[in-house]
Amino acid sequence: MELSMTARNKIVPAPDDRKARRAGFRALYNKEMRDYFRSMKFLIVLALIVVLGLSSIYGAFNSIQEAVSSGKATDNMFLSLFTTSYTWSSGVSWPSFVWFMMFLGPIVGLALGFDAINGERSRRTLSRLLAQPIHRDAVINGKFFAGVTVLAIMVFSLGFVISGAGIVMLGLVPTLEELLRILIFLFFTTVYMSLFLAVSLLFSLLFRHMATSALMGIAVWLFFALFMGLLAGLISGVLFPVTDSSSTLDQLHNYQCEQAINRLSPATLYSESVVTILDPSVRTLGVVLTTQLQNAVVGNLPLGQSLLLVWPHLTGLIALTMICFAVSYVYFMRQEIRAD
Amino acid sequence: MAEVILKTEKLTKKYGRLVAVDRLNLEIAEGEVFGLLGPNGAGKTTTILMLLGLTEPSGGKATIYGCDCTRDPIGVKRIVGYLPDNVAFYNDMTGRENLRFIGEMNGIYGKICEERIDMLLERVGMKDAGEKKVKEYSRGMRQRLGIADVLMKDPKVVILDEPTLGIDPEGVHELLGLIKELAERDHRTVLISSHMLYQVQQICSRVGIFVKGKLVACGNIEALRKATQEKDSISIEYAAKPDNATLEQLIRSIPGVDNVNKEKGLYVIHAGSDVRNALATATLEKGYNLLHLRQLGGDLDDIYRRYFEKEGAQ
Repeated sequence: MELSMTARNKIVPAPDDRKARRAGFRALYNKEMRDYFRSMKFLIVLALIVVLGLSSIYGAFNSIQEAVSSGKATDNMFLSLFTTSYTWSSGVSWPSFVWFMMFLGPIVGLALGFDAINGERSRRTLSRLLAQPIHRDAVINGKFFAGVTVLAIMVFSLGFVISGAGIVMLGLVPTLEELLRILIFLFFTTVYMSLFLAVSLLFSLLFRHMATSALMGIAVWLFFALFMGLLAGLISGVLFPVTDSSSTLDQLHNYQCEQAINRLSPATLYSESVVTILDPSVRTLGVVLTTQLQNAVVGNLPLGQSLLLVWPHLTGLIALTMICFAVSYVYFMRQEIRAD
Repeated sequence: MAEVILKTEKLTKKYGRLVAVDRLNLEIAEGEVFGLLGPNGAGKTTTILMLLGLTEPSGGKATIYGCDCTRDPIGVKRIVGYLPDNVAFYNDMTGRENLRFIGEMNGIYGKICEERIDMLLERVGMKDAGEKKVKEYSRGMRQRLGIADVLMKDPKVVILDEPTLGIDPEGVHELLGLIKELAERDHRTVLISSHMLYQVQQICSRVGIFVKGKLVACGNIEALRKATQEKDSISIEYAAKPDNATLEQLIRSIPGVDNVNKEKGLYVIHAGSDVRNALATATLEKGYNLLHLRQLGGDLDDIYRRYFEKEGAQ
């Protein structure tokens, strides 16, 4: 019963700051990982993307098979597993894996983060947590990086499962370059989902109720996934009206404007970049004039060139993620912690 | 008196115009059980949060064992265990997992951590409940787990915010026993905030009465009692039969009586001097039967109420 002296003396309170920082981050990170893997929402989200991912691969496989049997085989057949959609004989179109990731990736990120901080608050565990000798940022860092790790594990394992299934179904083994392209694609997907994780983390700080932050997250997702495209068309149509008799230059301006607005959306950035990465025949992402195509040699881009083409996209996505996280970080550090 | 280990100097917290804590000067000595008493919204929790460095004071300074609570919150939190009011745990984790998590944050791992958890669970009488999920715990069990949780880091100072809230009398008794042990057996300093005076008065060596952000009285209960009684004024509970209008007139006619209120069938008489004798004599002389006569101000509740009234009147 007596607080045993051996147990008492062995514990030397961590004297230096670095140790406290590490202990806090490590404990939080481990706990969050444990929580994610045990939580129902994670399992649901995982089941969702696994089922949809596999179904898209099945569709892509059918498409490829039809193409091959009608003699329209292309290069990089393995990569097209990820980018090919399929139209069933009934006319129903089944989207590609890339499209599913573009459309549902944000939901995965949002699902993991929407209750990160306000959940602790409503469970009233935050003040207990912060009464421990840890730096306050350990809480938010632990949550974010555990979330990113979970996303990465999820995305990469799904990618590998699909590649494995692809090898079996197609009987093709990816080349080294194809493998690298797949890895880069998976990395992009992780970054894209992490962006929405950061967004939902921010909302979980800004809104006290979990339902509010979840709904705000969904609103942002809907806006970027659906309305941004409509809005871009609308704005460019007002700024550079195009009629049948419009000059080529007007049409060009109109299109460029629309594209520029669209590129404010992470969904566009993501889909443009992964299509470029997964399809080496994509040589440019803007408008190409006939003059520019003159004397161009038809062929595939090497990996380095594809990557160069979407480097700004990657930078943009990572920057957006970091900005969101930085805002949450600063906000959290300055926030008043009340017990209630 | 033992060495002062917790000290606040003109500690102030303002929320906009509202002054939650107003130039608080407080000294707590090592090994004391100090009760911070006051009604809801008096600034008790705010004070505690400032002591832990969770809230930044608008002015003044607080130190615990020489550690500045605002500048070095980590240093403070290493030696101070804090049990928030309405303590909550991760419901999906077992009691043991919750304690292990807190241990990890304090840099305690592995076997030492498990040993300590075993010891603490036994100490708070929850040896068999450690493997159960917290959502199955009763409120009293949670609170006891809370005590174990606070002790995980082996703190020198333990701060408990409303520890007895919402617990049945039996549970309160057990809990207070545990808290008392912290000071008596482990020689920790304990700071309890509460508005439940009766409960806390049993175990506190000193109390401070906190009203509207100000410490209006501080000292041991005996001293507080004296302080209220030394004044000449007196409050008396009184009842007589038959209770009619002339009775009240009679009371008012006694020299020294300032104020008469009727509360639940009893007269509460405030007087500038001890009028008990005069009151009793007058009652009997006029043919009334004296039913009840009691001086108020004997127990802590009365002391407490008096301070509130005094503050409220200002």
